[in-house]
Amino acid sequence: MKQFSDLISAIEITNKTNAKIDALVNYFGAAPDKDKLWLIALFTGKRPSRPVKTTLMKQWCMEITELPEWLFLESYSTVGDLGETIALLLPKPTHKLELSLTEWMSELKKLKPKSDEEKKKFVLEAWSGLEQQERLIFNKLIGGSFRIGVSKKTLVNALAKLTGIDANQLMHSIIGNWDINSISFEELIKGTHINYDNSKPYPFCLAYALEKELPELGKPQEWIVEQKWDGIRGQIVKRNNEIYIWSRGEELVTQQFPELVEVMSNFKDDFVIDGEILAMKDNAVLLFNDLQKRLNRKNVTKKLLEEVPIGFYAYDILEFNGDDIREQPFGKRRQILEKIFNSITLPDHLKLSFIVDFEAWEDLYDIRENSRAINSEGLMLKQKASPYHTGRKKGDWWKWKVDPLTIDAVMIYAQKGSGRRSSKYTDYTFAVKKEDGLVTVAKAYSGLTDKEITEISRWVNKNAIEKFGPVRTVKPELVFEIAFEGIAFSKRHKSGVALRFPRIARWRKDKPASEIDTLETVKQLITAP
Amino acid sequence: MGIKQQLIKFTKKGIYCPQGKFYLDPWFPVDYAIISHGHADHARWGMKYYLCQNDSKAILRHRIGADIKIESLGYDEPIYINGVQVSFHPAGHVIGSAQIRLEYKGYVVVFTGDYKTQPDFISQPFESIKCNTFITESTFGLPIYNWKSEKELQSELHEWVASNQTNSRTSVFLGYSLGKAQRLMSLLDGCDDIYVHRAIHNLNEAISSSGIELPKTTLLTADFDKKELQNKIIIMPPGLLGSRLLKRVPNAATAICSGWMQIRGNRRWQSVDAGFAVSDHADWNGLISAVKATEAEQVYVTHGSQAVFSKYLNEIGIKADELKTEYGDEKMAEAEKESETLQAE
Repeated sequence: MKQFSDLISAIEITNKTNAKIDALVNYFGAAPDKDKLWLIALFTGKRPSRPVKTTLMKQWCMEITELPEWLFLESYSTVGDLGETIALLLPKPTHKLELSLTEWMSELKKLKPKSDEEKKKFVLEAWSGLEQQERLIFNKLIGGSFRIGVSKKTLVNALAKLTGIDANQLMHSIIGNWDINSISFEELIKGTHINYDNSKPYPFCLAYALEKELPELGKPQEWIVEQKWDGIRGQIVKRNNEIYIWSRGEELVTQQFPELVEVMSNFKDDFVIDGEILAMKDNAVLLFNDLQKRLNRKNVTKKLLEEVPIGFYAYDILEFNGDDIREQPFGKRRQILEKIFNSITLPDHLKLSFIVDFEAWEDLYDIRENSRAINSEGLMLKQKASPYHTGRKKGDWWKWKVDPLTIDAVMIYAQKGSGRRSSKYTDYTFAVKKEDGLVTVAKAYSGLTDKEITEISRWVNKNAIEKFGPVRTVKPELVFEIAFEGIAFSKRHKSGVALRFPRIARWRKDKPASEIDTLETVKQLITAP
Repeated sequence: MGIKQQLIKFTKKGIYCPQGKFYLDPWFPVDYAIISHGHADHARWGMKYYLCQNDSKAILRHRIGADIKIESLGYDEPIYINGVQVSFHPAGHVIGSAQIRLEYKGYVVVFTGDYKTQPDFISQPFESIKCNTFITESTFGLPIYNWKSEKELQSELHEWVASNQTNSRTSVFLGYSLGKAQRLMSLLDGCDDIYVHRAIHNLNEAISSSGIELPKTTLLTADFDKKELQNKIIIMPPGLLGSRLLKRVPNAATAICSGWMQIRGNRRWQSVDAGFAVSDHADWNGLISAVKATEAEQVYVTHGSQAVFSKYLNEIGIKADELKTEYGDEKMAEAEKESETLQAE
């Protein structure tokens, strides 16, 4: 397990995606085939069910160490991870066990039906034969989950780098149905178990923020204006009776949205459409916060389906009955999209993005101002003649968000509040990127629900580096959208800018810290007086 | 007033000895301060008179000011101050660090300052002293903190340097200039050439001036030769993480060395290449064994995990109370970092 343990150490220590990819490539280059398959299975949530209950592991650890439960829990709350806490508390190993990842996985599988006594014997034997880091990994293998900052996308990019196979195809391969005992590594990455032709997505076309006055765009008649919905962009691929949903991050998220799969199967035609996945109830779009409850779930429970139903606003069509129509003008593509959507009776949760009715550019100002009221982020302006570009291209598509100004920043300090909030971390300091480091740009409180504050406080307790004083420095990991009323240059602030009335607009659980704004982009928000 | 009350009193300015009329590591300016060791949260500015262990004297002068009024004593060389017997005993924390022992009419109080029970290659090993009242730190007072032996640490660090060298990378260790830096020098001695930042270099000179021999190092000058530095070892204060100086180091692999690195989350906190749990404080077992060895009837637990450690001591039958002090304070650590950064310029 040394190889695997080294891989985990290498991945854990770095926050650079490229370094993680390199570590994975090295592992895939050197590990036995079966170990590679296990790694993919473990990192994509295809894990066997837990053979030993955590309460038992905790109990056995307390027996060995003779620690009272409160002290065990105190340790746990400091470490923030049960497997790691146990690994740290146990006495030094007495001998050395050397099993491969595959051997450990097969031992653990055999353990499942055994009695608690037999399980105990096995686990204690393993604990006393492994070094701290290997012990931690052993505990993680029992639990089956590795939260170490390797997304499916990172894993897929590593496999793509290693093999030269298209990353999206690999995404489909590893997410597709495969069984570790009846597939080889070679077969898995080549995708012999899937039909990639049916799932293949297109790159998303992305818009820039509007950077000129509306009249400079030309005649209003040449443009189509839509609401800019605040959900996650999604591409629905329907080919040969198979349906796939890709997120903008190029992850296959089909299983997360069964209600969309169901409604799509009502169409006769094949197509690839681009749109927005939203939380929708009673014909109204819910807040992004609600949608977040539905994201990255391994299982979508019936309760959750009822609480936060998902809907879809279709923006565009890229492929129609096998033909790539991205080069056709948007106006034309829109007509095709309308025709398809008129071919069935649409349920409430599937909608065609509605076109904003306007004659003169001036009309749009009020419409945009009202966007917030329907939980839209503002307006999208699209040139009727525009093709569906690959990636971000300036000029044809513009996003025109409503005020206030917002930036995405990362939390770096947390401080406890006062009164009712004194037990929680409620006051935060936020930073944006500056060269290779971070620079503080705002302090903000409010804007979060008590539940979120509780969740963040727990996170702060686990992730604070100091033990003293009221202010905790935390890992720069939690990203928040900070809204503010104005921005100006300032000599008093280290960042060189001062924000007016900064507040937390929302917690961006969907964004990694690597995607926060830079000081440069923040400064660009300053308009000359 | 009982003898204990004559000997020790906890005041706003610090731990006070009414009979002796002096303070131990006070955090506000006082007339007479007895200092356990040279770290900024224990040895503060503004005392009219300082008393410390011989090896700390030059360090205090260097850090607080050349013109301070200061006297020093060797380990285990008792003197009497207003009838109170005062002596220093090795604390194993950093060079010159001492536990302060007070005795009056047969009653003994020991104040540890900061200490480490595990021997290292550089500071005088910790010595247990029997006492009635023991005032102990508790920085790492949780059972998850158990350090590797000095030998294990040594081979771990040497292996890391070697693996960096095979990848043509220069090994940079970050550690406080007083204590951690000299400890790292001793651990890395003989591995390859060691370069140290000016803040560390200046302190090393102060330490050497008291006749202590340190491993050989070279001053890292601002205009260093990149070729010469390639694949070598550099030690600098943690405040320089992210600095321009560090960025100019060719292919730097950076490691933070601190007890907090025991926990994975802390290792992952900053974007460094490695984190080593090298601490100058006692680990869990060290704290427990130190407390037990004193056979004290009363223990006071200062900075760190006061609540946890004193609760545990009471559970195992040792009377212990939390004691609020200003040691281990974040602001002081910050000041330390800043002063080191300033010295860097």
